[in-house]
Formats: sequence, structure tokens, C-alpha cells
Amino acid sequence: MGVKHKTIRPARTSRHDRSGGGEGSRSGAPLARSHDVSRARPLPAADTLLRMLYLLKLTREVEVRIERVLYRQGKIVGGVYVGRGQEAIGVASAIQLVEGDFVLPSHRDLSAYLARGIPLERVLLNWMGRADAPSRGRDNTLHFGDLNKGIIPIVSPLGDTCPVACGLALQFKLRGKRNVALVYFGEGATSRGDVHEAMNFAAVMKLPVIFICNNNGYAYSTPVQKQYAVKDLWRRGPAYGMPGESVDGNDVYAVYSAHQRAIERARKGEGPSFVECKTFRMTGHSAHDAAEYVPAALFKEWEDKDPITRLQSDLLQRRLMTPEALATLHESVRKEVDEAVARAEARPLPDGESANEGVYCGPDCWWGQTRSQAFDV
Amino acid sequence: MPILTHLEAIRQGIGEEMERDSSVFLLGEDIGVYGGAFKVTEGMLEKFGAERVIDTPISESAIVGAAVGAALVGMRPVVEMQFMDFIACAFDQIVNMAAKIHYRWGAKVPMVIRGPSGAGVHGGPYHSQSNEMWFVHTPGLKVVVPSTAYDAKGLIKAAIRDDNPVIFYEHKYLYRRVKDEVPLEDYVVPIGQAILRREGTDIAVITYGAMVWTALEAAAQLEKEGISLEVLDLRSLLPYDEEAILASVRKCSKVILLHEDTRIGGMAGELAAVIAEKAFDDLDGPIVRVTAPDTPVPFSPPLEDHFLPNARKLAEAARKLASY
Amino acid sequence: MPRRPGKLSRADMHRLYYYMLLTRRVEGQLTHLYRQGKVVGGVYSSLGQEAIAVGTAYALEPHDVLGPMIRDSGAMLVRGYRPRDFFLQYMARRDGPTNGRDANTHFGDVTRGVIAPISMLGELVPVLAGVALASKLRAESRVTLTYVGDGAISTTPFHEGMNFAAVQKLPLIVIAENNGWAYSTPVSRQMATSDIAKRAEAYGLPGAIVDGNDVVAVYEATVEAARRARQGDGPSLIEAKTMRMKGHAEHDPATYVPRELLEAWRKKDPILCFERSLIENKLMTPKEKAAIQDRVEATIHEDLDFAESSPLPSPEEAAQLVWA
Ligand SMILES: Cc1ncc(C[n+]2csc(CCOP(=O)(O)OP(=O)(O)O)c2C)c(N)n1
Ligand SMILES: Cc1ncc(C[n+]2csc(CCOP(=O)(O)OP(=O)(O)O)c2C)c(N)n1
Ligand SMILES: [Mg+2]
Ligand SMILES: [Mg+2]
Repeated sequence: MGVKHKTIRPARTSRHDRSGGGEGSRSGAPLARSHDVSRARPLPAADTLLRMLYLLKLTREVEVRIERVLYRQGKIVGGVYVGRGQEAIGVASAIQLVEGDFVLPSHRDLSAYLARGIPLERVLLNWMGRADAPSRGRDNTLHFGDLNKGIIPIVSPLGDTCPVACGLALQFKLRGKRNVALVYFGEGATSRGDVHEAMNFAAVMKLPVIFICNNNGYAYSTPVQKQYAVKDLWRRGPAYGMPGESVDGNDVYAVYSAHQRAIERARKGEGPSFVECKTFRMTGHSAHDAAEYVPAALFKEWEDKDPITRLQSDLLQRRLMTPEALATLHESVRKEVDEAVARAEARPLPDGESANEGVYCGPDCWWGQTRSQAFDV
Repeated sequence: MPILTHLEAIRQGIGEEMERDSSVFLLGEDIGVYGGAFKVTEGMLEKFGAERVIDTPISESAIVGAAVGAALVGMRPVVEMQFMDFIACAFDQIVNMAAKIHYRWGAKVPMVIRGPSGAGVHGGPYHSQSNEMWFVHTPGLKVVVPSTAYDAKGLIKAAIRDDNPVIFYEHKYLYRRVKDEVPLEDYVVPIGQAILRREGTDIAVITYGAMVWTALEAAAQLEKEGISLEVLDLRSLLPYDEEAILASVRKCSKVILLHEDTRIGGMAGELAAVIAEKAFDDLDGPIVRVTAPDTPVPFSPPLEDHFLPNARKLAEAARKLASY
Repeated sequence: MPRRPGKLSRADMHRLYYYMLLTRRVEGQLTHLYRQGKVVGGVYSSLGQEAIAVGTAYALEPHDVLGPMIRDSGAMLVRGYRPRDFFLQYMARRDGPTNGRDANTHFGDVTRGVIAPISMLGELVPVLAGVALASKLRAESRVTLTYVGDGAISTTPFHEGMNFAAVQKLPLIVIAENNGWAYSTPVSRQMATSDIAKRAEAYGLPGAIVDGNDVVAVYEATVEAARRARQGDGPSLIEAKTMRMKGHAEHDPATYVPRELLEAWRKKDPILCFERSLIENKLMTPKEKAAIQDRVEATIHEDLDFAESSPLPSPEEAAQLVWA
């Protein structure tokens, strides 16, 4: 895969399974070439592609607003992590899910939230710690879930949601469902024992979990060569007895097709998969971090591989979209975000006293009254 | 005498120990090139090299385990937790490995685990906890919580020289907000000794960490109302200075136990017990606790304000106790 | 004490035989003491796996450090512990290596290069990585070695420790003793691959598989890994395939293990096979064999008498030594 992507060829990925062996490369360098296996599949339908473009642009726009406007205005306090440049991973994977499936996104996967249909306003309310935010001001950023929409939120300790994904998948299995759980984490999180325990657990029990690693080259200031010594993370898959695959995480088609395979496998009861999506963190670790430790050339290089630009130019070239339609989409996304921000900003902060409520589950707590009945047993 | 922030004092203390003892080295996430999430170890990499300032993978269990191993063969590792909240990920290595080694087979484990704890910066439930009691309940560990820059330096040096695993809590709210005079000459603050921050006659406020400043603020206010607070800063929670505690209680006959940690199973419960056991006859009023409520630390500013003890809440409790 | 690794001499072969036999007899004696009610706690045996602990430990240099697990008494005997240390420890006697503070193989001595295990599986991996880190920092040529079972590889510290050691290129050797079972759990329910060695690839490390019942093969694989480690090529993972020939511990009749499996493995008994091969290849005469056996018996009896007449600790000792 080259550096410039004016056009996108269908689903070109490097795939490796148990027997596979390949000379790949780390994130931040060109992808594996020698062992690329073209697995041509039908391209996603035009409406799916357009929906993905919308979600990508929406994610980008909200995050820019969060990081560059609301945070700087002091309307968002605390840490601010965004997924600029990595949006294709959450979008092209989560968009394939159906009702009853779950995502467990990482701290940079707002894209997966939006793909699952969480209203923007709820996201913004949570970031701003407002009274009627999904976490009622108790927790921040993307630390909120929605059982009806199939979202389990991250906790700060990295990797901790991987075993939880196994628990969801175990329920699918025990109840005879054909649902899947997608759990996302950074390459830094792969060093945590919880990820190891979960991958092994899922492999032994053949659970329908897709382990999705956003390899964005850095964990805070730590580059991948200080994080792991294996050449390519996809090898972690076969080490546990599940397929492992590395794809260009900035290529919507590649991400889509890799997850299509993994999800199909999982739904058929063939067990988990590991997908490494190579991408780049186009920001500092969080809004306060100028990321001086990242060579400027890398930002430049990855700017050229921006997933949104790539999808846009492909859609235009294939005449699936007109330049006018693109301009309209752009405007409508901006407007949608403007309106959601305005609505969220108008909401009050919570009452101090309410901090004491809801530690335990009970019939008369606020959560108990508002919780969806869907998953109550 | 130079004036240093809390954070600079810790950095200086670690640096001095690294200079005087080549077995001291640092392990942690983003501590080298980046200088640590709060920049406590800034400049250390340049000064001491990548061998002694090691950036690790995100593996808290391995970081602490490796520190134990190196300590067993004579090194003095100083481990940084990016936030003390993540110490949970290394729990087994701390409570089952490090804490019990000396008792079980007599080997020394001279190591320090340090990092930022505490609330007040809108960090939410995972970047704000005061989880010191997890470790105060573990024989074999030492637990230290400084409040001033002077103590932070003296205690980190003492912790590094100690032959036991020491958990060193740095309150992130104090890092850049508290400054004081910190001598250049070598000194340590012994682990296990409390210090009187303010002498008073009516009520002894026993506290530690950032709450020391809260207590002093309340004391200044109450003085104008004719209530004299004594403020005792524990500095070490395990072992704690029972003598100093009992002395303050005996002198004032009334006591308030103050901490940022939640109430049930907090340090105040332990202190209340020892006061009731050993100074019951000296008390002229109930033992009063001012602590955070038993909830996780909430994120949104109004909720966090409600959660945190402050001078106003302390003063209210003190007025009530004074009139008892 | 261990000999210089390299080609095994006739005397080396005899020592390997001696240590395997001694291991079996020590553990047999412990079983006997257990049945007499003299042991406090459980007895775990390495019956059928003795070649692994003995072969690996014998491949190390005297200044190398190892961390045994529950089935590695053989490694500790090679390191110079005597049968009496085991008897005293299992019977919780005062003069035992932990003075009655801890049980079974939970003892160690840094000067002997033995780091005591704790019960929590896998936890020694990061610790021995830390010892290796210390040698690297001090530019010593020390190699460290520890053991995990097929169950222990599923734990957090195994993963974090292996990854950390791989990133840091530490001179660490991890021996995975695949004895088919983790308590009642067969390997097929522990992992979805057939070889633990495959895990090495996850860390970018070489993984080797050896016949764990062949003491010479185990020895040679370890020598090779140690050579790599000493020349700075980093850690190795060696899977030694074997079979647990008893229950998890003495209390466990292991009815869940198919009898035929045990029968098949009985034919591969590491001591009998080695003995046969030594005799067949004229590396040991029947007379020499008898002499070794006599030496083992004499040591056992002497140490048993010593241990049985040794006192239990006095109660007040329990409160000592919590801190160094
Ligand atoms: C167990 C744990 N240790 C440390 C941290 C602090 N921390 C937050 S994000 C981060 C880096 C994460 O890197 P990666 O997993 O690659 O995700 P990315 O931020 O690159 O998306 C660190 C060290 C944490 N959240 N959890
Ligand atoms: C973390 C942890 N969980 C559970 C146990 C209880 N336990 C002790 S030994 C054992 C099985 C160990 O199996 P394996 O690692 O294969 O070693 P083996 O006993 O076969 O030598 C279990 C489950 C433990 N000691 N540590
Ligand atoms: Mg990353
Ligand atoms: Mg086993």
C-alpha cells in the first residue's frame, strides 16, 4: 500500500492466520507488502458508504468542537482524548452490527458510539458533565454506556473492558444468540494482563468477540518499539489460537472487509478474531499535550492518509457522490453539531447533593427508575 | 533557602538519591522522554540516562513485579504510577508479593511506588481516588502522604532509603499549588513521625495530605471566632505516630479526624479506635469524622465540590463540637 | 552446586541422576509425613517431572538466579538446599528456611540465587525479569530463570512479564512446564493452541519445545537459552512437555485424569529412562548406581531425624519481621 491514496482499491488487506507468517511493519511505517492477500469482496453498498462518510465527518466535526472550542472555553474540564485520524476504525466496524450486538469502544472511539446511533447531544452532555448527561455528571468523556444501543463504556484502566466483552459473548452463547461483541483498545493496552487473559479466555471458549487494536503508533509518549517486541501485533491472534490480521486502519474498505470476515466467523460460532488496525494519532495524547516527542514528519505523512479525504475522493471519483452533495453534507454536519452543542450548553450542571445517589442499585434510585427494561432479567 | 513547589521538591529528592546511590533507578510509563504525566521526572532521562530512567509498556503488574525482583538483588527501584488509581492493576504484586517477602523468608524489598492521587482537578472517578487504605491494611508495606514541599522531599528520600516497600502518595492538587522552603543540604523526614502544623487548645484536627491545608484554613477562620484548632499532620499512615496522636487528643480533649478518602474503612476509623482504646478518659466530646461520603469520586464540578471535605465543612463540624 | 554448563561429563550425568532421585525421595518422604499427619498444609509433588527442575537448574551458573514454583523442589536441591530444609518447612518448624512463617516450597535465599515463589501463579515472571533487569543495569552476565505451569500462562503477570522482558531484552528464561493439567483443568480448557511455545511469537521471542522427561534435552535447551541471554539476545520461552503423575496435591485422587494416560506416561518415567540409558551406554555401572542410591537414602534419613527433632516456633515470633 502506498502513501498517497487518491483512489482506493477494494478491500486490500494483509491477512494472516495461524499458519501465516509475514514481514509486516510497525505502525507509522508502510504496511506489510510481501504477504498481502487480496481478498476481494463485494464493496459495501453505496448507501452504506455514504452513511460511513457522514459518520466519519460527524465524528471529526464533534471532536474538533470538543477539543478546540469547548475545552478551550472551559466548558469541558478534565482530560480530553479524541480519535482524529482514526475514525474509520470505529465507523467501518460498528456500522456492520445489528441489534443485540455490542461495542466496547476505547477512549478514542466516539466514531463507534455514533455508528451505533447515540445522539450527539448525549455525548456532549457527558463531556460537559451536565445534570441530565448519561452519567449524570458522575463520569466524563466517553465514560458512559447505553445497553439499548449495545454500548459498554471504557474505564480508564486500559484493557479492562476486554474481559467484559467475553462476558457479553458468553451470554450470547449461553442464550443461543448470534450476536457479537466488538472490543477496541490501543496498542498500549495490549501490554495489560487483562487483554491477555481475555484473548485466551475467548479463544478457549470460542466466544464471539472481535478484539480490535487501534495501533496509532503511540501510547501517550511511548512509541510502539517500547511497547512490544513482536514485529506485527497480528501475531498475537495465532498465539492464542485465533486468526490475526493487520489492516490499514485509515482505509474504510480494508477495515470494513476485515471486520466483515471476523464478524461472520463469530456469528457462525467459530470464535474470536484479532484485528490490528494500523493508524496514527493525529493529536497529542490529550488536549494538553503538544506531542513534541512525535516527529513532525509523521504527522505530515499520515495527514496524506486521512481516512475521510480518501473515502471522499474515492466516492467522487466513482461518481457515487457529486461535489455539490459533498458540500451539502459538510454543511449539514456542521449544522447538526452546532445545534447539538447549543442544546447541550443550555442544560444545567447537576446539584451537588445528587452526588450521593446511585452507588447501589435499588428500586427507588434514579438509575433504577430510568434504566431500560430491555436487559433486566 | 530555595523555594520549591511540592512537585519540584519530589523531583529534587529523587534526583539527589539517584546521585548518591547508583542502585536507585526509575521505572514507569512515559517517565523518560516525556518526563511523566505531571512532569515529576522531567530532566531525569537527560541527567541519568535511559538505563536508569526506564519507559515501560503499560503493564503495571510487570512494572511492580520487576521492581520487586530488582530490589531483591540490591537495587532501589522507584516506580511511578501514572495515576495512583492504576495501582489497582498491580495489586497482587504489591499485597501478595512485595509486602510479604520479608516476613516470609527474610529478604529485603527496598522499593518505592509513587504517583499522583486525590481529587480537586475534575479528573473523574479514575483520576481522583485516595486509595491509600488499600495498602494501610496490608502489613509489610509503609504508606506515606506528605503535605508540604519540605516533607515531600524529606519523605521521598526516606522512602528510597527504607528497606521496605513504601507506597508514596503525592496529592496532585498540591503539586504546583504548594511552595515552601526546601533546604539544599541532605535531610530526611523519618517515616512514622507526625508533625504539629499548628498548636491549639480546643480541638485537635488530625489529618494528612492535602487536607492539612484545609485544616489550616479552617483554623485561621475559627480563631477569629475564638475556637482554637490544633492541626496534626500524620505524614505517615503506616506506621502512624500513635504517640503524637494521643498527645494532641489529651491536650485538646476533643478531636476531629479529617480526610479526603471516603468514610467507611478510612483512616479516621482506625484513629478513632486507637483514641477510644487509649485516651477515652481524656475525651470531652464525641470523636468526630469529617470525610468524603461513601461514593466514587464524581466528575462534574458541583458533584466533586459536594464530595470533597473543605474548610467550611470542617469549620461547621468544629463549631458543633466546640459547643459540646 | 551447579557445574559449568557445556558438554555433560560422566560425573555430571551422575549428579543429574542423583538430584532427580533425591527429589523423588524427598517428595516421597513428604507424602509419608503428610499421611502421618506431621505436615502442616498440603504436599505437592513433581513426580514424573523431576527432569525439568533438575535439568534446568543444573544448566545455570552459580551466580545465576532462579525462581522455582511448587513442582520445582529439584531445582532448589540443585541450588544447594538440603532435604532437611524441605522437611522442616513442610512441618512448619522453627529452624526451617522460613522459621515456620510460610509453607511448602515457598522459601528462598537471595545469596543462593533462589527467589521464593508465592501461591499466585505467574507472579514470579515479572519478578525474575526484574532480577534480570538489575543484572543488565549493572552489566553482570547473570541469567535468571523461572517456571510457569500450563495454567500459569493464562495469568496477567505471565503476559506482562514476558512482554516487558522482550521489550527490554532481558536475560530471562521462562520454562513452561506443560504437565497436561492445572488442578482439574486439562490443557485443552486452558488454551486454544496445542503448544505453549507458540506464545513466544506473541512477544517476538523464540519458543522451543523439549521432552520434559528427558533430563539431558531439558539441560541442553536451557544451556542454549542461557547462552542467548548472556550474549544479550534477550529472553526465551521453553516448553517442556510432561505429565503430572499424581493429583494436584496429596488430597486429590485425580479421578478426572484418564488412567490410560497415566499408564502411557509411566513408561516415560524420567528417572527410570535416564537410569536405563546411563546403564546401557555404560555411563553408570550398577555399582555406581547403588552408591548414588545409598547416598540419597543416607541423606534422607539423616535429615529426617534432624527435622523431626526440631522444635516448632514459639508464638511470639509470629509478630516479628513484618518490616526489614
Ligand atoms: C492501566 C492504565 N495505566 C495507565 C493509564 C494512563 N494512560 C491513559 S491512556 C494511556 C496511553 C494509551 O495508549 P494506547 O493504548 O495505545 O491508546 P491510545 O491513547 O494511543 O489510543 C495511558 C498510559 C491507564 N489509563 N490505564
Ligand atoms: C492466581 C492463582 N489462581 C489460582 C490458584 C490456585 N491453584 C494453585 S495451583 C493451580 C493449578 C496450577 O496449574 P499449572 O500452572 O498447570 O501448574 P501445575 O500445578 O500443573 O504444576 C491452581 C488453580 C493460584 N495458586 N493462583
Ligand atoms: Mg496508541
Ligand atoms: Mg499444569
